[in-house]
Amino acid sequence: MARFLLRRFGNYLLLVAVATTLGYMLAATSLKPRSNFEGRNPPPPKASVDARLDALNLNDEVPVLTRFGRWAKGAIKGDFGKSISGQPVSSEMWRRMGVSLRLLIIASVLGGLLGVAVGVLGAVKQYKFTDYSTTTISFIILSTPVFLLAVLLKVGALNLNQSVGTTLLYYTGEKTPALAGGTWDHLVDRFQHFILPTLSLVLGQVAFYSRYQRNAMLDVLGSDFIRTAQAKGLRRRDALVRHGLRTALIPMATFFAYQFGLLLTGATFTEKIFGWHGMGEWFVDSVTKNDVNAVVAVTMFAAVLVLIAGMLADLALAALDPRVRISK
Amino acid sequence: MTMPPDLTLAHEEVEASATETSIGSVEELTRGRLVLRRFLRRKVAVVGLVFLVLLVTFAFLGPYIAKWDYKEKDFSSFLEGPSGDHWFGTTQIGGDVYQLTLRGLQKSLIIGFLAALFSTGLAAVVGAYAGYYGGWVDRALMWVVDLLLVLPSFLIIAILSPQFRGKTWLLFVFLLALFSWQITARVVRGMALSLREREFVQAARFMGVRSHTIIFRHLLPNMSSLLIIDATLNVGGAILAETGLSYFGFGVQPPDVSLGTLIADGTRSALTYPWLFLFAGGLLILTVLAVSVVGDGLRDAVDPNSARAS
Repeated sequence: MARFLLRRFGNYLLLVAVATTLGYMLAATSLKPRSNFEGRNPPPPKASVDARLDALNLNDEVPVLTRFGRWAKGAIKGDFGKSISGQPVSSEMWRRMGVSLRLLIIASVLGGLLGVAVGVLGAVKQYKFTDYSTTTISFIILSTPVFLLAVLLKVGALNLNQSVGTTLLYYTGEKTPALAGGTWDHLVDRFQHFILPTLSLVLGQVAFYSRYQRNAMLDVLGSDFIRTAQAKGLRRRDALVRHGLRTALIPMATFFAYQFGLLLTGATFTEKIFGWHGMGEWFVDSVTKNDVNAVVAVTMFAAVLVLIAGMLADLALAALDPRVRISK
Repeated sequence: MTMPPDLTLAHEEVEASATETSIGSVEELTRGRLVLRRFLRRKVAVVGLVFLVLLVTFAFLGPYIAKWDYKEKDFSSFLEGPSGDHWFGTTQIGGDVYQLTLRGLQKSLIIGFLAALFSTGLAAVVGAYAGYYGGWVDRALMWVVDLLLVLPSFLIIAILSPQFRGKTWLLFVFLLALFSWQITARVVRGMALSLREREFVQAARFMGVRSHTIIFRHLLPNMSSLLIIDATLNVGGAILAETGLSYFGFGVQPPDVSLGTLIADGTRSALTYPWLFLFAGGLLILTVLAVSVVGDGLRDAVDPNSARAS
């Protein structure tokens, strides 16, 4: 078991390295940092542009492998180069990572728990009103892209604020800048800013998991071991939760690993639309600014997160399914 | 949001379709008619199909029943709400939102269908080769699949977007497909693994049929139902991916419009001029919803054992 996990971990590390290399190669060849300097008025002399680009390790006339070598040497020590404005990428990355992680972790935990709960409810009440309504709503949410959902939430919040007459929900930024008041006021303010962005991600997660959880649970409900457990004298609720739910959760671990990349993509929209200064927003801005090193930093962040999600899924699978523990 | 196809289903489906084919040849009821009958019994799926046909018709014929052209500007009305003259209202520069929206819907539909077709085709070939050959071919191909799953396709296509700026949008479709086939490929591989041990494949192999021929003549046709369903479900995913990328300007480039660029333009003033994005948004949700309902209905019709999604 430990050896199996260790082997997976080694494979994951290799994948992160390859993915980051690939990300660097793509970004360094596709994006044109030079355009940031050449477009200025009056156009600066080529020699000074070259000097500036060389200092940033962004000169497209240097072979990409040389640039990569220089970047990788720093990256191993935790220095991911400089952004187009000359700021070190690492410090910016650490600040923004916190913002994104908060959003992502809360969205996956809340989304996973609620999704499983809704799915189980739908399966237990199959073909009843609860089942039909949750299925319909999750179908509609799954067909709504995050950016549209976010904008609709914004419009809804505006209407709500207007009907209440005070600003109940904020939809720009993480907090009110220069807010007076004590700790409590700050907490409330954060929470008011927090609801809509989180909701825009959580809704999709709940819809996604509930659909699969419902199907998995339905498969389990009709099985012999549930009947046996009840025949032994277990109450239906206990049989369903202790025997049924545990089995039905196994496929969810795999889905968790698969959809994490999608959640990351979704968070990009959320951050950009609600003005949170996280990794997603940074990525979109950096691609537009041809800021190669920043783009690579976000790519690496994404690869690491997807693989951590994969690791967690492996662990969850081993915890839930005894066959995995024994066989490997 | 895309949904990965039900992974647990793969093996059952091989079994189910195999038994059905053998029965179907004996009885009068062919498999096709059986599937059709089961599909028609699912009211939601039929409604979805009708909606989808209506949407496609509307997208391609709708522009002819109203005046204006999507490129035309009406300089007598700026930012006006829906009216008899401009059914969906006008934009800041006097463009007709109705014509723009339909133009965007056309583009999004075409891109969605093409990308889904490419990606499922690619997934079928890669998965079948990996499963049939096994060994190092399998390991190498599955490693590529793993690698592409690690890098979210959104990031890669966004990074590559300067490359197709100013070029044909087909390049964008190609990229969308190139980075969205991985999950299906895994399912196909699983099916190929089990199909390759079946008697008819073994027989063909011992008769000396070449491996490529076996894959295209025996393996892939036996998974056709899964592939059709997958392609259908991928259409929704592809449309969502396309609109998302276009929203940030990484996808369809002006002067072309898609539902994504329209929503992006509209949401800047979403709070005061809702008609700028509401129609495009509504059509987008309807389209994806219709496609996924049809895909789900197809899956249940082909594999009644699944009887899952209601």
